[in-house]
Amino acid sequence: MTLFADAYFFEPWWIQIVKALVIFVVVLIVIPILTVYERKLMGRLQSRYGPNRVGPFGLLQPLAEIVKFATKEPFKPHTSVALIYRIAPMIALLTGIAALAIIPFGDVQHIGSQRVGLYGIDVSIGPLYVFAFAGIAFYGVMLGGWASGSKYAFLGSMRTAAQLISYEVSQSLSLIGVVITAGSLSLTRIVHAQAGMWYIVPQFAGFLVFFVASLAEINRPPFDLVEADAELVAGFNTEYGGTPFVSYLFAEYMNMIVVSAIATTCFLGGWLIPGNPHVPGWVDPLVVIVKMLLFVTLFIWIRFTLPRLRYDQLMSFGWKILLPLATLNVLVTAIIVGS
Amino acid sequence: MTYDPSPDVVEVIRQPSPNPAQSVYRAFGETLRGLKTTFMRIPEGTATIQYPEEKTPVYPRFRGRHKLHRFEDTGLEKCVGCSLCAAACPADCIRVVAAENTPEHRVSAGERYAAVYEINLSRCIFCGYCEVACPFDAITMGHDYEMSDYTRSDLIFTKEMLLAEPIERTPLRREGE
Repeated sequence: MTLFADAYFFEPWWIQIVKALVIFVVVLIVIPILTVYERKLMGRLQSRYGPNRVGPFGLLQPLAEIVKFATKEPFKPHTSVALIYRIAPMIALLTGIAALAIIPFGDVQHIGSQRVGLYGIDVSIGPLYVFAFAGIAFYGVMLGGWASGSKYAFLGSMRTAAQLISYEVSQSLSLIGVVITAGSLSLTRIVHAQAGMWYIVPQFAGFLVFFVASLAEINRPPFDLVEADAELVAGFNTEYGGTPFVSYLFAEYMNMIVVSAIATTCFLGGWLIPGNPHVPGWVDPLVVIVKMLLFVTLFIWIRFTLPRLRYDQLMSFGWKILLPLATLNVLVTAIIVGS
Repeated sequence: MTYDPSPDVVEVIRQPSPNPAQSVYRAFGETLRGLKTTFMRIPEGTATIQYPEEKTPVYPRFRGRHKLHRFEDTGLEKCVGCSLCAAACPADCIRVVAAENTPEHRVSAGERYAAVYEINLSRCIFCGYCEVACPFDAITMGHDYEMSDYTRSDLIFTKEMLLAEPIERTPLRREGE
């Protein structure tokens, strides 16, 4: 009897630990690079340079910022609930990292005498696992807003809750089409099933819904009602500063990476290259990263193009357009695959 | 009391709501158009002037820091210490103390010269009235605009400082720029 899920492939425990460390460290290094990439690209999109003073081409900017944040005085409002106020950013960060565990960066490779899968673990509940952790990540935001003991932070977290719940539905539904087509919940099997054709073609509607709902899920503009830095109080993180604030920021970028990875895996064929040429195993992670970078660039590009939605527009868009579209996509896929 | 809108309340006429399919199509198209607009900024390059390394060019008539002038042929100062600039100055930032020229000690072309000529740049409003008031074109407004300093007394420019050529020249705007 399996307790939670089957693991299709796993290695000795020590390889598991090494893999976990590698994935964790690489992603934590990638996030600061991502922030500087975002700001450089946004500069270019607005006819300016972006950060270019710290280090060569401004590449050390995130380092300077981390030092700045880390040296801030830790504080908490006297109305806050101390324990939860401290734990909430960690929840947000940890769930993002946990979701990374099942992202496949490549197929099973032979390294030395060992067979190593280039992913944390290959479980039989793939997307469900991701959505489960997305559901818990929502507690990080919600508890953070509540435990701050501030009215505005609480209102912000309520706003976030409404948005995340609304868009989670469409996001999960849009992946069901992929799961039906592939016939498996394992992300590696989903990738293998795309050898003939990437799912962005047969599941184009699902892809669009997933992409838009993901924008809302990770609080990126034009759905950044969560922060809405230009018009509302900063939302759930109003009372946060210093390193806890950076945790939230990291969590946001981590979610961006996870969502890009899921989109890459489910719609762009993961580590597959068009035409399926025979390439050495170390190319696989590079292919995945390039495809993820494509999505990240798209996220940034959209951020600096589209104006923020009004709140009623956000809700009606989520429930009246995305959800019916996602449902219709699931139905049509089920009928076509079933017949 | 019931609310009774007076007859001058204008009824707002809104455009008919478009049909859903059409509006979705339009929103999608406009989104793509917006993405194209921002993307086209990349090949255009940046409009930033990297300030400390690269200075903003100024127009020829830009009113920056004052300059005092000498005659180019004789090297004598143009200023004759008439104090008209100090009289014209609305911010009262110019101080002139005149002294007589003697045959042994000849500083300016006229009868007298400015023994002390100070401009307090922390008071100056760069209106250019001193330049207008000067009968000998001895003082003009230059192009320098980098005049910040750490103490107020450093901002009182003496005659020697005003006569000297600026260490770094401010670039002039080219034709049509």
